[in-house]
Amino acid sequence: MNALAPYPDALAVTLPSATAHLRQLEAESIHIIREVAAECRNPVFLYSIGKDSSVLLHLIRKAFYPSRPPFPLLHIDTGWKFREMIAFRDETVRRYGLDLIVHTNEEARAQGINPFDHGSFYTHAMKTEALKAALRHHAFDAAFGGARRDEEKSRAKERIFSFRTAAQQWEPKDQRPEFWHLYNGRVAPGESMRVFPLSNWTELDVWQYIQSEDIPIVPLYRAAPRPVVERDGNLIVVDDGRMRLHPGEVPEERMVRFRSLGCYPLTGAIESAARTLPEIVGEMLATRTSERGTRLIDKDEANSMEHKKREGYF
Amino acid sequence: MDQLVQSFLPDPSQRQGTAPLGRLRFLTCGSVDDGKSTLIGRLLYDTRLILDDQLATLERESRRHGTTGADMDLALLVDGLEAERQQGITIDVAYRFMTTPRRSFMVADTPGHEQYTRNMATGASNADLAVMLVDARKGILTQTRRHAFIAGLMGIRHVVLAVNKIDLVEFSQERFDAIAAEFRACTEGLDFSTLQAIPISARHGDNVITPSINTPWYNGPSLLSYLENIVVEQETLARPFRMPVQWVNRPDLDFRGYSGTVASGRVQPGDHVVVQPSGAAAEIRKIVTMDGTLPSAGAGDSVTLVLDREIDASRGDVLAAADTPVRVADALSARLIWLHDTPLMAGREYLVKLGTRSVPGTVSRIRHRIDVNTREAEHAESLGLNDLGSVELHLQAPIAFEPYADSRELGGFILIDRLTNATVGVGMIEAELHRATSITWQELDVDRVARGRLNQQRPAVLWFTGLSGAGKSTIANLVERRLHALGRHTYVLDGDNLRHGLNRDLGFSEADRAENVRRASEVAALFADAGLIVIASLISPYRAERARARARLPEGEFIEVFVDASVDECRRRDPKGLYQKADAGLLRGFTGVDAPYEAPEAPELHLRTADASPEELAEHVVAELRGRGIFG
Repeated sequence: MNALAPYPDALAVTLPSATAHLRQLEAESIHIIREVAAECRNPVFLYSIGKDSSVLLHLIRKAFYPSRPPFPLLHIDTGWKFREMIAFRDETVRRYGLDLIVHTNEEARAQGINPFDHGSFYTHAMKTEALKAALRHHAFDAAFGGARRDEEKSRAKERIFSFRTAAQQWEPKDQRPEFWHLYNGRVAPGESMRVFPLSNWTELDVWQYIQSEDIPIVPLYRAAPRPVVERDGNLIVVDDGRMRLHPGEVPEERMVRFRSLGCYPLTGAIESAARTLPEIVGEMLATRTSERGTRLIDKDEANSMEHKKREGYF
Repeated sequence: MDQLVQSFLPDPSQRQGTAPLGRLRFLTCGSVDDGKSTLIGRLLYDTRLILDDQLATLERESRRHGTTGADMDLALLVDGLEAERQQGITIDVAYRFMTTPRRSFMVADTPGHEQYTRNMATGASNADLAVMLVDARKGILTQTRRHAFIAGLMGIRHVVLAVNKIDLVEFSQERFDAIAAEFRACTEGLDFSTLQAIPISARHGDNVITPSINTPWYNGPSLLSYLENIVVEQETLARPFRMPVQWVNRPDLDFRGYSGTVASGRVQPGDHVVVQPSGAAAEIRKIVTMDGTLPSAGAGDSVTLVLDREIDASRGDVLAAADTPVRVADALSARLIWLHDTPLMAGREYLVKLGTRSVPGTVSRIRHRIDVNTREAEHAESLGLNDLGSVELHLQAPIAFEPYADSRELGGFILIDRLTNATVGVGMIEAELHRATSITWQELDVDRVARGRLNQQRPAVLWFTGLSGAGKSTIANLVERRLHALGRHTYVLDGDNLRHGLNRDLGFSEADRAENVRRASEVAALFADAGLIVIASLISPYRAERARARARLPEGEFIEVFVDASVDECRRRDPKGLYQKADAGLLRGFTGVDAPYEAPEAPELHLRTADASPEELAEHVVAELRGRGIFG
């Protein structure tokens, strides 16, 4: 025996009872959501259509029931989302009678900015700048997002109420300490808060909650045969005719699904047979790669998320 | 090896029948280089929570930034921000998550530097347990004492003393025992209910996940095993019911619910509650959630409560068990940690947020500063960043609270700078101050200044008119009591009482009645100038006089309240026996009997006393004031 022996493998595939702490997480998130509604003048929910947004929407509906959520949803549409995401978004809005604002950086789109030719500038223009413009245009003073502290190292220190200057900048030294369940959402005109009610959730919590609450998710999270090309080790699903194939690339049908959703040319799928939620959770427990490993934009360098966040990326 | 692993595996028979343990929230604290980040990295690594792509990054970065030679530097797994990675220190609270087959964990990683008391207090505020690291070579340091003191101050009841780098003292039991004993001695009086010392090596993994063969003299559990099994008691469930109202849930006219998170205790339909600070009473009718109505709810649950009657309750009020209400006060003593570069100055006004309530208040006196290293009190004129002090706090309105020792949720507060909106202080309430005995000369001075800018209300005159016996004085009195409880500044001008002094020379002729109303309206206007909410209660039978009173005040400040009861009803009530006298001809010119009453044509408020109780009508008046923005 040496002291370096890792945690016994035999146990790594079973789970602790999730109900107690999921209930606690749910209650805390609802508390955070209501604080924003009570204290902020003009909040908005940055709805990204993914699983975290689906969980957050569910919690928002719970927070105000029987009232309707007292603020709109905002979707930053880059024009390159999976078609199934857009269909799911519209169906969700219809099902729950929600107010949806869709914003696109029309100027950049007109200039033909696209993920194939413009790389990280595309992300900057179609996501970061588009988001900032939409928040400024509607004068939102608080924006809900589904980010979690377990997603990425630079997020481990993120506040639940994350303060943004009037220039929509995030300054690590400028953040307010958070005690107990007391949040300070007061801002001067032009300043704003990004609020992350799922801060203390893990990816596993999210999936277990989706399962136990039977929350609808985009079908792309479930395995299905999809047309795929393999590129730099990533499996890119050919979602529409705009996909540029490299010489010699021929889409082939493979059983894949997504752990994380974004713009289709920039989001890698994983090979999987998991169609049901228990299968997805089981696969997650056995996985050896991290969630954002399939997001091409995060891989630039170790601190790439920190830099993007300072600029105003969510 | 197999045998050791086996002995570590939880015994299945033990697991059955035990209630599932909720997520354990703990914080780690230690001095620089005690190996905190390495320990957390070790826990994540050994519980297989580090994934292949993260491991690849770690190997790459260990070569670049690492301090452990050829080995992987596990600390790099958790030292997040670029700025601190370059400085090689941890500069803020970081939250990590771990899940083992037995339990899920949230770890608040707080730095050990002298100047970061604030961060440790932040991490401790949401933790149930603290893991304190000491370097086995250095033993208990000043910082260790400070961390223990702050943990105790923030209400942490469970402590693990991790004696790290035990490999560097040849796994010496003697050294370990000496450190544990010194720690026990220096934490006496800090009210920890459990304290476990564990010899570990974060770098090599001894006693972190599995028991180490290098410390055969240590029979206790490994760190992880201890954390997986400790029960942190749910004291809050056993305490009386309290729920701060977060949001009034009003989807339509038929539904009014009070949304909030239960701070302590349990609640179920049929329970009697009071709204504090106003004191209005009601019964719980339903507990509403999107998953259906609940038979009961307990501490930590976010719910919506529907009451059996309409009462005036809004965000910031506390619903509490009727038989054990919370305390209400506007003067408190508290421990305060200052969080900002700009020092605390006594007498400056801040916004105090406690529960869901925000009220302006001032720290009227700094009793003393407490040295977090020696725990000694010292004289102080101000508190600087990371200073801890004992202070007196005066609020502009009474708030419902509990001592911090009884309730984190209703005893912990933050101070917000009203100009910059920064969170500048955090406090823990000790007790209320009894003004009569606690106020000194100097504080009266401060109070006088505070009074000048205190009027968090718009002045108004509530002009109650109606027949004698209609219920004007009764309702006026209830309204004033309610407003007073809400911290509003009020004064009642009662027609009968005025006739004992100011208007003692006046009779009941039409001219004298007009003069009576004129004088009363002048006084009401003066008091409104002074910023008060004036409640004038006079029969004031003539429209012309009431119109004159209205004209004496700025637009919107005169609120005519018609207390409507029929002559027959008033005659039946006849609280002062006046109708009997008038009917018998003993009183002349009695309104409603032999003098006219000109009912208001368009009063701001029309209270029909036949349809509702005086209490309900008083609530209605208070709600109207709120609706008009007279106060928030």
